[in-house]
Amino acid sequence: MDYVQITDSQRQQMLATIGAGSIEELLRDIPPDVRLGRPLDLPAGLTEQEARRAVRELAGESRGADRLACFAGGGAYDHYIPAVVDALASQGQFLTAYTPYQAEASQGSLQAFFEFQTLICQLTGLDVANASLYEGASALAEAVLMAVDDTGHRRVVLAEPLHPHYRRVVQTYMADLPVECVVVPAKAGQADLDALRTALTDDLAALVVQSPNFYGLIERQLPVLAEAVHAAGGAMVQVFDPISLAILRRPGSQGVDVAVGEGQPLGIPLSFGGPYLGLFACRQQYVRRVPGRLIGQTTDAQGHRAFCLTLQTREQHIRRAKATSNICTNQGLMALRAAIYLAAIGPHGLANVATVSLQRAHALARRIGELPGYALPFGDQPFFREFVVRCPTGAVDRLFDAGAERGLLPGVKLGAFDESLADCVLVACTEKRTEAEMDALVTLLAEVGR
Amino acid sequence: MNAPTEPTIFEKSCPGSNPGRYVPAAEGPTPAELLGPAGAELLADAPPPLPEMGELQVVRHYTHLATRNFSVDANFYPLGSCTMKYNPRVNEWAAAQSGLADLHPLTPAPLAQGALRLMFELSRDLAEIAGLHATTLNPAAGAHGELTALKVIIAYHQSRGQKRTKVLTPDSAHGTNPASCTVCGRSAVPVKSRPDGRIDLDDLAAKLDDQTAALMITNPNTLGLFERDICRAAELVHQAGAQLYLDGANMNAILGLARPGDFGADAMHFNLHKTFSTPHGGGGPGAGPVAVAEHLAPFLPTPQVVQREGRYELDWDRPDSIGMVRSFAGQFGMFVRAWTYIRCLGPAGLKRASETAVLNANYLAAKLRSLLPLPHELPCMHEFVLSAQRPGQDDRGLAGRIAKRLIDFGIHPPTVYFPLIVPEALMVEPTETESLAMLDSFVAALAEIVRELESNPVVLDHAPHHATVAKVDEVAAARSPVLRWQ
Repeated sequence: MDYVQITDSQRQQMLATIGAGSIEELLRDIPPDVRLGRPLDLPAGLTEQEARRAVRELAGESRGADRLACFAGGGAYDHYIPAVVDALASQGQFLTAYTPYQAEASQGSLQAFFEFQTLICQLTGLDVANASLYEGASALAEAVLMAVDDTGHRRVVLAEPLHPHYRRVVQTYMADLPVECVVVPAKAGQADLDALRTALTDDLAALVVQSPNFYGLIERQLPVLAEAVHAAGGAMVQVFDPISLAILRRPGSQGVDVAVGEGQPLGIPLSFGGPYLGLFACRQQYVRRVPGRLIGQTTDAQGHRAFCLTLQTREQHIRRAKATSNICTNQGLMALRAAIYLAAIGPHGLANVATVSLQRAHALARRIGELPGYALPFGDQPFFREFVVRCPTGAVDRLFDAGAERGLLPGVKLGAFDESLADCVLVACTEKRTEAEMDALVTLLAEVGR
Repeated sequence: MNAPTEPTIFEKSCPGSNPGRYVPAAEGPTPAELLGPAGAELLADAPPPLPEMGELQVVRHYTHLATRNFSVDANFYPLGSCTMKYNPRVNEWAAAQSGLADLHPLTPAPLAQGALRLMFELSRDLAEIAGLHATTLNPAAGAHGELTALKVIIAYHQSRGQKRTKVLTPDSAHGTNPASCTVCGRSAVPVKSRPDGRIDLDDLAAKLDDQTAALMITNPNTLGLFERDICRAAELVHQAGAQLYLDGANMNAILGLARPGDFGADAMHFNLHKTFSTPHGGGGPGAGPVAVAEHLAPFLPTPQVVQREGRYELDWDRPDSIGMVRSFAGQFGMFVRAWTYIRCLGPAGLKRASETAVLNANYLAAKLRSLLPLPHELPCMHEFVLSAQRPGQDDRGLAGRIAKRLIDFGIHPPTVYFPLIVPEALMVEPTETESLAMLDSFVAALAEIVRELESNPVVLDHAPHHATVAKVDEVAAARSPVLRWQ
């Protein structure tokens, strides 16, 4: 199958217009010894019918949330996606539109993204939000870069428990820059306030705290930490979860200067890790340093409201080496999905999603905590929709193997991130998990624990 | 639907209109009860002030907005360097399949074999197309790929005890190239282009030294011309101990015809949303896989997909890796689309795509050169640059005015004002999926506009006249930015 529409006779006609005898003549600038003298070593082309069969075969070799009740979280969550999100986001005029550089040809996308920016401001309680970054971890790296640039300071403090991928991405981004990254270990599953205070010295560019943190616990010290951070001349950066902000205090009211997060829970499929949605919001003072695209409201020549990309002199296509980021293509269609999700579900619907997730996670945690051989190491701390379970020694692998047979994905194996947690599983519970699935999980744990 | 404005969702919001019955209702202990004594201070007083609308209103809103967009589905986009080819629908179907769309990223490998096999095969296919050794699928877009590759190259030099603080880029380079250098703590040094549009080898030789980490080059370059001297450039770069990086934005010109690894590249990125037909989505998501030569492979980011004893898994244990550049393993949904596209086209289809892209571009160049100046000699590859700067005329801003007037013809403007080395640049890339009739309509539209330029230029000054809005005041937008609805 291919999509070329030029016929053989048209090809000849066109070559005649060009004044060339063959397509080979058009390729004459490629040095002959560089020309590939054989077909590419790839499988032969398929008909569309065959391609669909090949995809189905592949898809059948994986067990998605359709066939495995998903109790895994760790930065990606199985929340319910209303049917309207797919229906509206898959419209060809959104799906196949280009980046809205030509404002008059792109008012649909521009307005959708302007509304998205507003929604993220409403969610976070901050002043400015951009039109998306790639995903949560690189969004955090961009926030740190912005803080370094804004303060002129060179020291960045990362408070554990921070998602290990996020920590590693920040470290990778800072590796080639004159920036020092200090990781402060957690205490009892939460940010260690005393150790952090000591770490917040005068050359501080930013403190990064995740809440709810990687273990699912809600950090209670954000305003206190923010004060210390500001005293040291740095920026307070929070990694947030967008569903949690339906019921938890917003970054804007917690002294946070820059809030970044993963927007996948807002109507975006799990899709084995991507494409996701980097959320980025901050206080007004940073507006001219914000990375990525910004949509602004203006008027057209007839005085009607219109939208366009704005403050483009921050961006690479104008400022090149002096741009605030190198980002070009972002996650437009995912921002659209998130906006449709929020518009469809509304503030009470979102609060309901957050509440149901919280209720089910807490009910499940209580039941698991009562099982002999199992413990909740941080069970006395407030958590959102995720919690750590310590399993009987050596039981974790058996749990996952038996779970697979019963159509359950019990959680995320924490041993993969930290050997000292080899017996621990991070269990998430959303509004999609039914009573029957939760019962099956508890039964599974009980049986494996015996 | 073609009203001058569409009210925002905030203006349409009507409290109480959203019944919110998509998921079960909360029942049982309240959040305050569940979070305990500490809980009260953690909870907000009220939900966020989001708008409230019923589902039909949401559907009407986003259906109306969709009509206010150009799109490949509806319009020709001859945007140079963007490769706005058709986005096949079977790819969308594929990405939505159960087992792919609903797969959690931390699913253990034995339960994710299909997804891992897809990634392994795509990595291998891209390495073959690149003529290189190994591929990382981690980067989320082309610019992210550039950043990743630069870090890999820096790590390579470091492993040999060398710091190397400079990166060379042609003055015709895409803005992401120098921006990526800055993000990696390197200084971007421009290399001049010759009058014929190609890189100036003498200037390159003069600027290469033992502080040069890499030359970042696009080939075909941003003028749509194949760098005939690419092998000599590669030689010079390697003699200086530097690495050659190929910005693969223009790969649509050479699929199955030439391979960057064969003409000296050590590393390159692909844009799946250009060459491999994944949809642009109004500005992403894209994907920017990076292919590298064997000596750079150990430094690739983490995780990589590997095959061990017939099974596929993600390798997180990579001691020489630069680390992670994003969470999880990559833009998987875009991999499904690109994999399906490559399977459908096969080697013959990919080669035919590039040949036809080159044919279509040369056809348009031949027809348009009588209308507007064509600064460089033909043949071109898959794109070419016209200049709206006519000899002896004050044509400042003309490329922009032509662009806006094209909108009235239902054609998205070409890329304008890029590359920087051509005044009043209009970069045209038709791609291989357009019909001859569409190409001829484009020529006719430009001919009409050039006629208007002679007879009635004021029509261009106030274009577009028939779009959803009149000319948008971007200057006012930047002067006092309003970035959210209040």
